[in-house]
Amino acid sequence: MVTYIIRRLIGALAMLFIVSAVTFSIFFVVPRLAGVTPDDIANRYVGRAATAETVTAVAEKLGLHDPVVVQYGRWVKGVFVGAEYDYGTGVEQCPAPCLGYSFVTKQPVWPDLVDRLPVTLSLAAGASVIWLVIGVSVGVLSALKRRSIFDRGAMIIALAGVSLPPFFTGLVALSLLSYGLGITAPGGAYTPLTENPGLWAYNLILPWLTLAFLNAAAYARLTRAGMLDTMGEDYIRTARAKGLKESKVIGKHGLRAALTPIVTIFGLDVGILVGGAILTENAFSLQGLGKYATTAIAANDLPKIMGFTMLAAFFIVVANLIVDLLYAVVDPRVRLS
Amino acid sequence: MTFLQLNDLKVHFPTDDGLVKSVDGLSFQLERGKTLGIVGESGSGKSVTSLSVLGLHKGGRAKISGEIWLDGEELVSASQEHVRSLRGKKMAMIFQDPLSAMHPYYTVGDQIIEAYRIHNAVSKKVAKKHAIDMLGRVGIPQPDRRVDSYPHEFSGGMRQRAMIAMALSCDPELLIADEPTTALDVTVQAQILDLMRDLQRDFNAALIIITHDLGVVAELSDDILVMYGGKCIEYGTAEDIFERPEHPYTWGLLGSMPRLDREVTERLLPIKGSPPSLINVPSGCAFHPRCAFEPRTGGKGSTLVPDLVETEGGHLVRCHLSREERRDIWATEIKPKLES
Repeated sequence: MVTYIIRRLIGALAMLFIVSAVTFSIFFVVPRLAGVTPDDIANRYVGRAATAETVTAVAEKLGLHDPVVVQYGRWVKGVFVGAEYDYGTGVEQCPAPCLGYSFVTKQPVWPDLVDRLPVTLSLAAGASVIWLVIGVSVGVLSALKRRSIFDRGAMIIALAGVSLPPFFTGLVALSLLSYGLGITAPGGAYTPLTENPGLWAYNLILPWLTLAFLNAAAYARLTRAGMLDTMGEDYIRTARAKGLKESKVIGKHGLRAALTPIVTIFGLDVGILVGGAILTENAFSLQGLGKYATTAIAANDLPKIMGFTMLAAFFIVVANLIVDLLYAVVDPRVRLS
Repeated sequence: MTFLQLNDLKVHFPTDDGLVKSVDGLSFQLERGKTLGIVGESGSGKSVTSLSVLGLHKGGRAKISGEIWLDGEELVSASQEHVRSLRGKKMAMIFQDPLSAMHPYYTVGDQIIEAYRIHNAVSKKVAKKHAIDMLGRVGIPQPDRRVDSYPHEFSGGMRQRAMIAMALSCDPELLIADEPTTALDVTVQAQILDLMRDLQRDFNAALIIITHDLGVVAELSDDILVMYGGKCIEYGTAEDIFERPEHPYTWGLLGSMPRLDREVTERLLPIKGSPPSLINVPSGCAFHPRCAFEPRTGGKGSTLVPDLVETEGGHLVRCHLSREERRDIWATEIKPKLES
């Protein structure tokens, strides 16, 4: 078990390294191949009035003329020990972990990301709990009452949930519940949990439900299929033959096995979500990581995009790691290999 | 009073294609300490019979009628909750494939402990001790260590032993074994059959062994019931079935049994055709399309369903041929071929 964990940890680190290298290449090598010169990049940072000499000097100072490997090495070094950026008007500090320095806002990327994280975390935490509970319960009931009106109704709603994007359901929910009935927050506001838990939940309930609707639908379908499979297994018949109560047959024997794939997907989904729920955050004007990313992309602010991508990748790799370890706990057959 | 008695049991499943008559009017009796072998091909209704005794016939859609008397209680009309309380305690079952029949996520010990604690209000500790005892009794070495193993860490034979330990953990009076050795290696099969014979003697349980393999029941059974198309077509003591079989289908089963004492050059005598569809059951005798002796019934074979009649001392046969014809055919045409 210990070697298994160590192996997974090493794998996770290697994965992060690869992701950063690939992301870096996409942002800094591909443009160069397409004919963008270091001066073009530097040009974005110095303002319109700069002369060609100033631009070249800035590009030189920022190391944009160095080979890409050197630049990548400098970026990795910045993550661990911090970096300094000198683009003519003065030296800017970017303390570790330095995921980049935005020349548009003249800010290091990392503190911005840390600022946005609680919003996205709050959104992800609430939504994931809601969709897991609703999705799994509906899925189990659907499987047990197969072909009933409940099952058919639930599956039609689930189909709608999977098909409708959050920027649609979110806006419909906003116009109905916030602007129509006035029972939920109108969006755009965020109160930290530590300040006022009630207000925190009040502001987030609609984004939670919107995001949960999308995923609960998928989870209901998955759980239903899993339960239908498991409840036909021989060991379910054995459990019944022992004289076990049906509720325990379903909960302890059926659901336990059916939940294994759900755990996997759930871990990954939460990991992806913590890296920013782009559509939902935009629909509700929540200043989370997803909104940060869309703003950065619109401004063509490469260091920000790079920093956001790395953070999102980090969460996904960590989620993957947790899922792997959890899987070994859930399914004893995994522990051997 | 008979311990287990089935009277005219019928289990029918309505499907989109028509009514499937899995079990169609089955009756038999079984006493404590005795073993009944139920033999038949796939789809003959033998498994459905055993599952319906435990009240486990699938879903609410099955239509069940007739009577199942267990130790003075009628089970078909009993409440589901009451039948559940008897399951595992008064009657238990061993399944064919012990790997898929045990839950992969729980240790063997946990599964036996669970079975024991459903019917006995004891602590986990006491139940674990009992589980270790049971594993020891079924011949698992180092049971105190193996009790914490998962099913996938056991070999096939060990798993079936653990399955037997689980079934016997509440000291049931009726034990049903559904193809208990089919999924096992030949060498292990004999060990498991020996074990079941020994345990049955110890526990004085009534034992039903369901199999497609006459060789399995030959070892263990007092009585043998041959099923075909959901009906009993021959019933008798093991001696009746092996020494004086009277139904052409039973002859076919005997002929298709590989035997070590026969010359290798000889071929088996397989039964032609395949088991009947349970939706479009052949008219008349369900076996007539495959029966070599059907022409000798004078057309009755394909039109009339034969009755199950006693031929001699409790030996029952469902066949249109007369008793004399059957004995004559067995003595002159079948037996010499089997023994040659």
